[in-house]
Amino acid sequence: MSDIVKEVVVISGKGGTGKTSIVASFAALSGHSVLADCDVDAADLHLVLTPTIRRREEFRCGHEATIMQKDCIGCGACLARCRFGAVVRIAAEDDMFTGTKTTCDNCADGCKRSCPVKFADIIEAIRAAGGEGKEQAFVIDPTSCEGCGVCVWACPVNAIDFPECLGGEWYVSDTRHGPMVHARLIPGGENSGKLVSKVREVARTLAEERKADLVVVDGPPGVGCAVIASVSGASLVLVVTEPTLSGAHDMARVLELTRHFNIPTAVCVNKWDLNADMADRIESEARKSGAAIAGRVRYDRAVTAAQLRGLAVVETDAGPVGEDIRAVWEALH
Amino acid sequence: MRIAIASGKGGTGKTTVAVNLACVLADSGQTVQYLDCDVEEPNGHIFLNPEITATEPVGIPVPVVDEQKCTGCRKCAEVCQYHAIAVLKKPLVFAELCHGCGGCALVCPERAIREENRTIGVVETGRAGGVAFVQGRLNVGEPAAPPLIRAVRMKAIADGVAIMDAPPGTSCPVVATVRGADYVLLVTEPTPFGLNDLRLAVEMIRQLGVPHGVVINRADSGDRRVRDFCTAETIPILLEIPDDRRVAEAYSRGHMAVRVLPEWKTMLMDLWNSIEADACRQGRQRDTGQ
Repeated sequence: MSDIVKEVVVISGKGGTGKTSIVASFAALSGHSVLADCDVDAADLHLVLTPTIRRREEFRCGHEATIMQKDCIGCGACLARCRFGAVVRIAAEDDMFTGTKTTCDNCADGCKRSCPVKFADIIEAIRAAGGEGKEQAFVIDPTSCEGCGVCVWACPVNAIDFPECLGGEWYVSDTRHGPMVHARLIPGGENSGKLVSKVREVARTLAEERKADLVVVDGPPGVGCAVIASVSGASLVLVVTEPTLSGAHDMARVLELTRHFNIPTAVCVNKWDLNADMADRIESEARKSGAAIAGRVRYDRAVTAAQLRGLAVVETDAGPVGEDIRAVWEALH
Repeated sequence: MRIAIASGKGGTGKTTVAVNLACVLADSGQTVQYLDCDVEEPNGHIFLNPEITATEPVGIPVPVVDEQKCTGCRKCAEVCQYHAIAVLKKPLVFAELCHGCGGCALVCPERAIREENRTIGVVETGRAGGVAFVQGRLNVGEPAAPPLIRAVRMKAIADGVAIMDAPPGTSCPVVATVRGADYVLLVTEPTPFGLNDLRLAVEMIRQLGVPHGVVINRADSGDRRVRDFCTAETIPILLEIPDDRRVAEAYSRGHMAVRVLPEWKTMLMDLWNSIEADACRQGRQRDTGQ
């Protein structure tokens, strides 16, 4: 192996195909490597590897708007400008009403700030949003806010605070199979892709420090931002799929993604014997897309049994299914 | 009524429950719509085989800079929270980072920025027998699913039952799906992974304040911990589906479970009745502030 740290990323497209169970076994088989759980919004690898946390860091990323009610004049400029539906208007009859009243006298000074070019339009938009003469309050729905800051800029009286927000945490831990970097995105959180990139960056640095030549990454399902952040620049992607039409369909999309990013890719059909014909079909489609075949893993209740005991399959006397996973691991080298 | 079917963990049977429930309700004469909000990996079409009658591109507005007008003042780069626009001598737009907030066009004193739609995927609509069908498909390589999910959700019918099939996980694409739903059905499995991800999903849904209940799939394959969690947190378990190889085989071929196992019809009608009753009960509880 070269002196550069290699990174094997396990993804699936479809969820629940067995990524994490297989990665946990790889951890047990790998000896000297660093583990990274990049499924930051539904991380499970720690349930098997029971890490002892050595370092814990806050993941601060992005900002979130808050309207300071004492300063708000209730003009509605924020509502008129927010494209994410994150500004909520509360009318006077609601009990959350905080008591502001404003009447537009067409001064346009405040609104000017909100729009440098078309006063008339923005004043109309503010009126349409209900800003004129009504008793009302505006609040930001934090679950809708994308932290763009447009409302902060649009507010004519600087009544919107824009603090950095806590997006989650990341950890460096020790496990019985070596160091592990993992994270927890706040449920419902944004910026999962950035947290994924952070986890990978920390894992690579750790691998260099510990003179490990390999990082094994447990990736998220899908093809969106968290997956793109997981695979970009990886040495090898292993797609774990299952012998179902859904598995085949979703694999085709992740293979398109890894081709798009030009990453060498191998495919493994998990639970292949649930539908042997489909497994054949998937492997032939994978080959056509330029992916290598890393092997097959049979369906065995021993996999769930190991998970219930908090163990990787290869750590139990699982027999043939453990051998299947071992063969896939060998094939990756 | 809008029902979102979510899970936290992937592969627990969201799509199986969603498509079969839609089918059973349609057979019983109700107006039903199935919306596949898992735009990264939509699979509902595999089972419903819809005839797609309309395909609409969905885009987000991204900036286009008129270099003649631009003075390089950097205001656009300063306002952009996503680093989607940088100004060296002239501005450089990184369209895939843009969230389409419109901030740059708003702040530009020279009016040098206009917005153009950049397509990120499509919304497809059609019919599958008695079920009205909608799905979003994100273009591969596009990172941001939420704008497309919002476009899918805009198609939800006001009358009748809209069943929204959510993506796995607990981050923003799931929030984009379940926000504004009348009820969230969380499909899980009785394993440590299923429980851990259910916990996270519950935490997210409680923030949104949407009534929710649990379906335990492959109920006899694990242990009691998911049930104990639901009891402790007073989350109703509306249905337990036994582990059945025939369901897995039907699934692998893209067949509907209700067509293979007739008992699923009664089971899912019962589930529907439980959802209606529980949505009503939790709605009342919320309104009285308990």
